[in-house]
Amino acid sequence: MTLELMPDIVLGALLLLMAWGALYAPTRYDAMALFVAFGVVVALIWARLGAPDLALAEAAIGAGLTGVLLMQAARQLPAEASVTGKRMPWFGSSLLFLVLTCAMFAAHILTDSSFKQAGIDASATRLLGGPTVPEMVTAALPNSGVSYPVTAVLLNFRAWDTLLELLVLLLALTGVRQLYPGTPQHPRANTASPPQAWPVLLSWARFLAPLLVLLGGFLLWRGASGPGGAFQAGALLASAAVMLRLTGLLPPLRWSSFLLRLAVILGALLFLGVALASLAFGDGWLVYPTQWAGALIILIELAATLSIAVTLSLLVIGESEDLSS
Amino acid sequence: MSYVIDTVAWILMGAAVIFFTTGALGLLRFPDVYCRLHAVTKTDTLGLGLLVLGLALKSGSFSTALLLLIIWLLVLASGAVNCQLLARYTLDVEAGAAQSAIKRAQGDHHDT
Repeated sequence: MTLELMPDIVLGALLLLMAWGALYAPTRYDAMALFVAFGVVVALIWARLGAPDLALAEAAIGAGLTGVLLMQAARQLPAEASVTGKRMPWFGSSLLFLVLTCAMFAAHILTDSSFKQAGIDASATRLLGGPTVPEMVTAALPNSGVSYPVTAVLLNFRAWDTLLELLVLLLALTGVRQLYPGTPQHPRANTASPPQAWPVLLSWARFLAPLLVLLGGFLLWRGASGPGGAFQAGALLASAAVMLRLTGLLPPLRWSSFLLRLAVILGALLFLGVALASLAFGDGWLVYPTQWAGALIILIELAATLSIAVTLSLLVIGESEDLSS
Repeated sequence: MSYVIDTVAWILMGAAVIFFTTGALGLLRFPDVYCRLHAVTKTDTLGLGLLVLGLALKSGSFSTALLLLIIWLLVLASGAVNCQLLARYTLDVEAGAAQSAIKRAQGDHHDT
C-alpha cells in the first residue's frame, strides 16, 4: 500500500461514515449537519479525483445551498417532527460498514491496474477499435470555441444535456410554486431572523457579497479556459443573494416583478433560441457555426448564470409571499 | 537552503495538526457551547495559520503564498463572526428558556 492511497482511504471511510450518520441520526438537525459534511467530503473526493468542476459545484450546491434549504425546511416543522426515532443496531451497522469497506477495497485492488493504464471508459472504447472519448474531445476542441474540454463538452458537444438541466431547474421552481397557496399565509416566514440587528454580521455580509459576485464572475469567465462555468458561478451568486436575504439586507424577491421572471427563464429561453436558430439557418439543432461558437457559448453561459443564480436563490429563500403571484 | 525551508515547513504543519487535534478534543470534551466555541475557534485560527504558513513556504511562489494568506484571512473573519453568532444564539435561547421557566414557576405559584 502506497502512502498516496492513505488520504483516499480516509476520505472513503469518512464518506461512508457521514452517509450512515445522515441516514440514521436520531435527530433531524444531526442528520442535516452530517449531510452537509457528506457534501464537503464528496467535494474533496472529486478534487482528489482531478475533477475541480464537480468539486466546486458539489461544494456550492450540494453542501452550501442544500444545507440552507434543509435548515429552512426544518424550521417550519413542528417540534415533534425533529426526532427521527431511527435506531440502527450497532452490531449490524458496524458489520455492514466493515463489509462495504472490504468490498470497496477489494474492488479497488482488482481494478487498479486497468484504472491506472487507461480508465474504464477509455479501455472499453479501445476494445471496440474506435478512438477513445478523450481523444475525440481533444480532436474536436479547436472547433468548439473554447479551450477547456469540460466546457466544450457541456456547452457544445453535449449542449442538449445542459439545456435539459436548465429546464429541470425551471421545472423544480415551477413545482415549488405550485406548493404555495395563492395568498400569503405564513406571517412568521417574513419576520427578520434574530441576528439581523447585529452590526458585525451586517458589515461582514456587506463585505462578503461583492467578493462572491467577483468570484462568480471570475468562475464564469474562467470556464472558457479552465475549471469553472455557469453552474458554479450561478451557485456562488445565489449564495450571496441567500446570505443578504437571511441578514435582511435584501428585500424579498417578488415573483410579481417582470424582471425577476425574465431572469428565471432567460437562460433556457436564450439556449432554445440559439438551438432553433441553428436548426433553421445553420447545420442543425445546437450545431454552432465554428466562427461564432465562442461568442455563443459565452452568451449562453452569461444568461444561464443569471437564471441559475435567481432560480437557486428562489428555491432556497423564496417564501410564500415571493413565489405566489 | 531548500532543505532548511522544507524542514521548517514540515514543523509548522506538524504544529498545525497538533492544534487542530486539541481543538477537536476541546469540541468533544468541554462542557458547554461557549467553552467549545472557544476551543474550536482559537485552535482553528492558529492551526490554519500555521498550516498556511507551512504550505506557503513549501509552495515557493509568491502569488500562491498571497492566495493562501487571503484564504486564511477570510476563514479567520468568518470564523470569528460565526463564533459570535452561535454564542449569541445560545445566549438568547438560554435567556428565553430561563424566562419561560420563571414564568412557569410564577404561574404555578398563583394557581396553588
